[in-house]
Amino acid sequence: MPDLNIDYLLRLADNPLILGQRLSEWCGHAPVLEEDLALANTALDLIGQARLLLTHAGALEGNGRDEDQLAFLRSEREFRNCTLVELPNGDFARTVLRNFLFSAHQVPLWEGLLGSRDAQLAAIAAKSLKEVRYHLRHAADWVLRLGAGTEESHRRMQAALDYLWPYTTELFAGDAVEEAAAAAGIGLAGSSLQPRWDAAVLPVLQEAALSPPARTPFLSQGKLGVHSEHMGHLLAEMQTMQRAYPGAQW
Amino acid sequence: MDRNEWPLWEVFIRSRNGLDHKHCGSLHAPDARMALQNARDIYTRRMEGVSIWVVRSDQIHASDPEAKPEMFDPAEDKIYRHPTFYKLPREVDHM
Repeated sequence: MPDLNIDYLLRLADNPLILGQRLSEWCGHAPVLEEDLALANTALDLIGQARLLLTHAGALEGNGRDEDQLAFLRSEREFRNCTLVELPNGDFARTVLRNFLFSAHQVPLWEGLLGSRDAQLAAIAAKSLKEVRYHLRHAADWVLRLGAGTEESHRRMQAALDYLWPYTTELFAGDAVEEAAAAAGIGLAGSSLQPRWDAAVLPVLQEAALSPPARTPFLSQGKLGVHSEHMGHLLAEMQTMQRAYPGAQW
Repeated sequence: MDRNEWPLWEVFIRSRNGLDHKHCGSLHAPDARMALQNARDIYTRRMEGVSIWVVRSDQIHASDPEAKPEMFDPAEDKIYRHPTFYKLPREVDHM
């Protein structure tokens, strides 16, 4: 398999890995115990998906790298997650809104990948789809409650939407990697997911009385390996154990 | 109700092989839909169930613990209410 398709698998793997790392920061800090557990559950689902995808990518790459080496020993420029998932959590409003925007992308993505010519990837898609459908439902319910809630919750949700919205453009920006994956019948072009994403996202925002800002030419580059200033800090924390004690296991 | 506090909900879970929903605990949630989702995250993490009921705790009417003697003690000496005095036909005598 050519390297482009490894790159495509790393994109699929790094998105849940990095968002899972971000969400796990909430553990012990969420506004209520019930939501603390819900966020930790979501993080564990995402990290579980990342583990399967990294293991698969490492096996196809054939250089003997396992999930741990790919997660903990790659440098910032080698990560292929979109910028959206590495941004700081901010407040609870921003956290649930990002989960909503991201899950609305993952649902049609995994649905499409059920038909991947890569049988292992199709199996991972089937498992992940059930998980992200729940994430989407839970996050959408929060968007509705906070967006159409109190003056304060609405203000915070609108601020979160203004902050996150520009980073969603990247989800649908195609390039050679995605074209190659689509042509090989392994993956999907990001642009093909936008109609489904719009259909899932826009009605909820409208019902929640939230207005997305106008699209601008801004295009984040995380999936090309060009990350925001937040990514290095996230990796420093995520990778510190393997960096300090290479090969450590427990 | 204190407007800063979510209401309390009682959670009932039916296990994979169970016929009835059993009470398993309580949680706080702003409304029924979120209570079901919270119950899923708190009480079914280890595959405990295949169906969830939630009910607002303040919608449950409970018997008065003080009234226990008159409520329950009178049944104590009515052993004839247990169906153990009947001679069953041999074919069904495994009950």
